[in-house]
Amino acid sequence: MKEYKTINEVSGPLIFVEKTEPVGYNELVYIKLEDGTTKRGQVLDTSKDIVVVQVFEGTGGLNRSCGVRFTGETIKLPVSIDLLGRILSGSGDPLDGGPRIVPEDRIDIGGAAMNPYARKPPEDFIQTGISTIDGMNTLVRGQKLPIFSGSGLPHNDIALQIARQAKVPGSEEAFAVVFAGMGITNEEAQTFMQDFERTGALERAVVFLNLADDPAVERLITPRLALTAAEYLAYEHDMHVLVVLTDLTNYAEALRQMGAAREEVPGRRGYPGYMYTDFSTIYERAGVIKGRKGSVTQFPILSMPGDDITHPIPDLSGYITEGQIVVSRDLHRKGIYPPINVLPSLSRLMNSGIGAGKTRDDHKAVSDQMYAAYAEGNDLRGLVAIVGKEALSERDRKFLEFADMFEDQFVRQGKDEDRSIETTLEIGWNLLAELSEAQLTRIDSETIAKYHPAHRAK
Amino acid sequence: MEVKGTIYRIAGPVVTVIDVPTKMYDVVKIGNEGLMGEVIGIEGDKSTIQVYEDTSGIAPGEPVENTGMPLSVELGPGLLESIYDGIQRPLPVLMEKMKSDFIERGVTAPGLDRAREWEFTPVATIGTEVKGGDIIGTVPETHIEHKIMVPPNVSGVVDDIKSGSFKVTDCVCTLADGTELTLMQKWPVRAPRPSRKKLMPNIPLITGQRILDGLFPLAKGGTAAIPGPFGSGKTVTQQQLAKWSDTEIVVYIGCGERGNEMADVLNEFPELADPKTGKPLMERTVLIANTSNMPVAAREASVYTGITIAEYYRDMGYDVSLMADSTSRWAEAMREISSRLEEMPGEEGYPAYLSARLSEFYERAGRVDTLSGLTGSVTVIGAVSPPGGDFSEPVTQNTLRIVKVFWALDSKLSQKRHFPSINWLESYSLYTDLLSDWYNEQVSPEWLQLRGEAMEILQKESELQEIVQLVGSDALPEDQQLTMEVARMLREIFLQQNAFHPVDTFCTMEHQYRLIKAILKYSDMANNALESGIPLEDIISVKSKDDLSKVKFEKELDKELDKVLATMNEEFETMREAVK
Repeated sequence: MKEYKTINEVSGPLIFVEKTEPVGYNELVYIKLEDGTTKRGQVLDTSKDIVVVQVFEGTGGLNRSCGVRFTGETIKLPVSIDLLGRILSGSGDPLDGGPRIVPEDRIDIGGAAMNPYARKPPEDFIQTGISTIDGMNTLVRGQKLPIFSGSGLPHNDIALQIARQAKVPGSEEAFAVVFAGMGITNEEAQTFMQDFERTGALERAVVFLNLADDPAVERLITPRLALTAAEYLAYEHDMHVLVVLTDLTNYAEALRQMGAAREEVPGRRGYPGYMYTDFSTIYERAGVIKGRKGSVTQFPILSMPGDDITHPIPDLSGYITEGQIVVSRDLHRKGIYPPINVLPSLSRLMNSGIGAGKTRDDHKAVSDQMYAAYAEGNDLRGLVAIVGKEALSERDRKFLEFADMFEDQFVRQGKDEDRSIETTLEIGWNLLAELSEAQLTRIDSETIAKYHPAHRAK
Repeated sequence: MEVKGTIYRIAGPVVTVIDVPTKMYDVVKIGNEGLMGEVIGIEGDKSTIQVYEDTSGIAPGEPVENTGMPLSVELGPGLLESIYDGIQRPLPVLMEKMKSDFIERGVTAPGLDRAREWEFTPVATIGTEVKGGDIIGTVPETHIEHKIMVPPNVSGVVDDIKSGSFKVTDCVCTLADGTELTLMQKWPVRAPRPSRKKLMPNIPLITGQRILDGLFPLAKGGTAAIPGPFGSGKTVTQQQLAKWSDTEIVVYIGCGERGNEMADVLNEFPELADPKTGKPLMERTVLIANTSNMPVAAREASVYTGITIAEYYRDMGYDVSLMADSTSRWAEAMREISSRLEEMPGEEGYPAYLSARLSEFYERAGRVDTLSGLTGSVTVIGAVSPPGGDFSEPVTQNTLRIVKVFWALDSKLSQKRHFPSINWLESYSLYTDLLSDWYNEQVSPEWLQLRGEAMEILQKESELQEIVQLVGSDALPEDQQLTMEVARMLREIFLQQNAFHPVDTFCTMEHQYRLIKAILKYSDMANNALESGIPLEDIISVKSKDDLSKVKFEKELDKELDKVLATMNEEFETMREAVK
């Protein structure tokens, strides 16, 4: 492999190399520093005159006399079943003091697009043990359901709880968690690791960590490494893999930083115009394939800058993902955990994962009814603030109470409380029983007769 | 004519090549693997190519080959029932050829099956003079008769014509000058297929959906936009349109949408039955699926591929409906390529030619006299997905300037379980006047007037609603309370329609007319009764009014409606007697 000493320019995370033999696009590059350390990079733009390389470990310490070697291949992740239980850096090196992975295979991290014809529509219910998700925004295998959160909210706790508790009831199939931290703080990383170790979840997990002080460019490959590992476990080892990606906002910031360094024409709020397509190459790697046993389900976390759901990051995400779980600052202030606001939350694949034979036949009706009643109660709160509680009719007061009880009993649960779907629906029915039966307009009389506490007691 | 050159530069999907003469939009094969690309810029001896496949690992110096042909689609029997990607590669075939569930690169697959044989029956005879667009024979494709046409730029005298089983590439007809015609022809996707004359869109597209046909009609050959906010029931609306529209052919383009959603469409469409023939809907459908993570340049091409196929069936004299879901994703593909080309951006980073491209695309819709003298149409229904639900963004705004119909899907309505959740105050159709002759002849001369009255009542309701929210409905004068009641009837009886009810799923124009007339009849009688001093409570609690709301679910709608109207007359008569 030839080594070039023809770096012409170093600019931010980029280096410009001159007079090379032909170099392939997206190729992996090694840069040898004068002190003997080696950094890695990737070709972003290649022509006969100049090659632009983004350096993952940052360009600190680089100068024009560094040696550059082009490997002739794209970035690949060495994979093996031994990945399980390992903690790796954001670029795939062991962080846990363990040995290097002895690869069974080396897979391109770019990930080809799944043939839409090969996809199987997702329909297997995943029980997360969290009522607001299982009951009203059900997750199914192969779905990508992000958590839209804000700074200072307990989205990490929610993600951990899901990673701990997620299972398909009645199924003994192998389950694995792939965790990718992008730009998270050391403290957050430690919390995650401690929790994984405490609960023994690490045995069936692969962890990729890019910390806040790691180079931003590395963040661009961290999720791709994680998803490559996930696809390998899912499709080669028939596992059902849950991928937790946190925090996509840091990823998007890194993308913007790269765009700016390359002097690209910026799109909305300075983010690159190709951010939608770039996001889709991450999110769309969730799915189920016809005739294969494994699946990849994604739980990306992104913090909305300024709690603004129309910000380009949540907005573009929402157009690719199948719904969203919205974490609410108001509920958090009320001291409710998990502070998931069901009103703006949505799971687009819910209907294919619930009902008789999957969860329970009354699931949809209960969910619709609670949504409607909570929405009405929540609206009334605004009115109460103006006219006072006394001005409300008896009926309205019931709905107002329902909203409070809903938050207190249905939404609120312990960090280690793993509710089965039956428990979740049970709590739902007990709450609905507080309203008069005539107001349960979304539930047909047969279902009421079968499940309503008042009828069952007899 | 194939000319070779070399790659000069690669940056993502944009590749610069050198030393090869090109024309704009020529298809070029890039690198050792022969990846497909298209010329989108020429500067000196360098040409800029957008590549339809992933370019990782491709290096400068690799060979480039110009096919000298613009991006074209293959048109012939076998299009129907197919599932293609954005550049007409059949997805099931790709899966087989790549031996993978993922889209690998460098694999080509012809759009039409080369091995399959079709039964060709000639119509033209030896010695006939034929010109572009003329029909020389037919092939039963599915239950649809596929007409084999002379390519638009060819003409001559038939020297020989065969009959029997042929593959798409077999010669079935020879012209005097030696031109051989096959079952298949190619057409460049970016050029509209020619027709003799564009006709005014003065025949409605009948969809059987009351809010569409009745209030916001789309004409055959017209254009419509449909915004798709979260959870607004867009999919059901599109499926209803595909199932019930009175068009023979459906072309569905999934452009940059979710993989799982696309999988749902690909799974469900083949299972949908065509309610008119009982056969699978796929037998008259072409699906194009290009998900968001498939190469962006192919996404840009997908809408052109789709509309060219639609125009081809139009040329056979068929009515075609084309659904593009979503044109916003298409516009984003343009934006992305434009920014890679370092073009000066227009609004929100979209290229300055966004508006021109959108209007060029929608302009390919239309009802035409075909070259062979038949009449056919392409109706375009484009979905837009405005980011953040903000209709003021450039794609929505530019689309609304072009299209004539806007069906405002509204997630608030769907949350209230009002289906189809199309907002009647925000939607519009500019075809109503053009269609007036048709209504006068085919429905009733009073149709447009009734429609106007209904719209007025609905409009009035929204004004009154504001007052009601402040002071409560009891505070309204009685006549206004009655208006609110009639508006509610219009909403619940006429506008709401159950797509899953065997009878209600489709409503003929005749029945739409009768329903709306019956509601307005009630309104008239009720208003008269109110004036003659009958209490409002009595008027709104007549039994026939409740019956009216169930009539739409009856198989024998006419008979039931007659009964209800008769009862209604009696009931009002009795009330009038009582006050005398």
